[in-house]
Amino acid sequence: MTTTGSTDRIPAALRTEALEQLLTERGLIDPNVMDKFITNYETNVGPLNGATVVAKAWTDPEYRQRLLDDGTAAIKELGFAGSQGEHIVVVENTASIHNVVVCTLCSCYPWPVLGLPPSWYKDPAYRARVVREPRKVLSEMGLELADDVQITVHDSSSEVRWLVLPERPDGTEGLSEDQLVQLVTRDAMVGVAKVQAP
Amino acid sequence: MDGIADMGGTEGWGRTLPPSSEEPVFGEPWQGRAFALTLLSIRVSGFNADAFRHAQERLDRSAYLDEGYYGRWLNACELMLTDSAILAPAAVDARARNLRGEQVEEPPIPEPAKPDYAPTAAGSLRAVDAAPAFATGERVRAKDMSPAGHTRLPGYVRGHTGVVELIQPAALLPDTHAHFQGENPQHVYSVRFGSRELWGPDAEPFALTVELFESYLEKTG
Repeated sequence: MTTTGSTDRIPAALRTEALEQLLTERGLIDPNVMDKFITNYETNVGPLNGATVVAKAWTDPEYRQRLLDDGTAAIKELGFAGSQGEHIVVVENTASIHNVVVCTLCSCYPWPVLGLPPSWYKDPAYRARVVREPRKVLSEMGLELADDVQITVHDSSSEVRWLVLPERPDGTEGLSEDQLVQLVTRDAMVGVAKVQAP
Repeated sequence: MDGIADMGGTEGWGRTLPPSSEEPVFGEPWQGRAFALTLLSIRVSGFNADAFRHAQERLDRSAYLDEGYYGRWLNACELMLTDSAILAPAAVDARARNLRGEQVEEPPIPEPAKPDYAPTAAGSLRAVDAAPAFATGERVRAKDMSPAGHTRLPGYVRGHTGVVELIQPAALLPDTHAHFQGENPQHVYSVRFGSRELWGPDAEPFALTVELFESYLEKTG
């Protein structure tokens, strides 16, 4: 039984295949539906969605305000909604305020805008430590923050999901919205990096 | 419950993984299959998202950690399906052994015993008629309690005092919903804690917010 580990545990890949067979041959699941889920998260639902939201907020002050006032509605304006996005709160990083997001209890993450979470977000070290020593964790991950920057960590313990609106970097004044989209990274929208000018 | 999943503030995990912009969504094909299988199996087993999270936190340390995030999804998926008697406990192991060329007798299909559960609406947000018990700006204490079942009250805030920062939309209570004991919707609060309240005088200076259900909180006065 899989709740107990043992040295002769069958590898996950083989157990996955076995489980899929068992459910498919009884007609309980449809492998074509599985394929659609997988393809959707590999190609459609990813951080490009969030980057689109961020670039619009950087170039449209009224949209930015709507986004900060009601993230879910403003994100839905751009067509992004769905699982793990029932209620999204957007917080803004500035030169003096830095927000960073975690889920210590599992790995809750705003799927409609960022897709599925990356390895570091799901790793025990990040889940355990960023709520205890965020400045040190961010430094390990390559983000050095000045001593006077106020850090707020958001632990996503309910169905509320958090999205960071990163600070727009200097030197990007002449860029179009489409060009800005290309600069915005997943890591900046979780709060473990800053957006860099090209 | 106080299990492996409640990781906030725990020690011994080493350094964080370096972020990589090249990482594929699913590092190996089985991870995508396990992801999709799990989403579908929540429905097949008659479970819900909270019961799925509770299945994860019931895994032992090895089943939770050894094969990473989608490994724990896979193990929790199997646990949901065996809990509901969609599958016999030994069915996956037996089929996997046969797939790799062993000759193993597979257990008979059991009589399904799904939980007596149906949602009252889609999603987790619900209207609550009663006014919120706590106001924005009010000091509140996270109760110092260790429920035996599922809870979304992280261990590291229990007994500590913070300030209500936002009142979030009311939502069904995971503590009962995960056990098919009713949705019991409650108000949800984003509570802000200071780092020294949580971790003592030597902590880095920072603030932390966490969403807490109304029954997790008590007045400080």
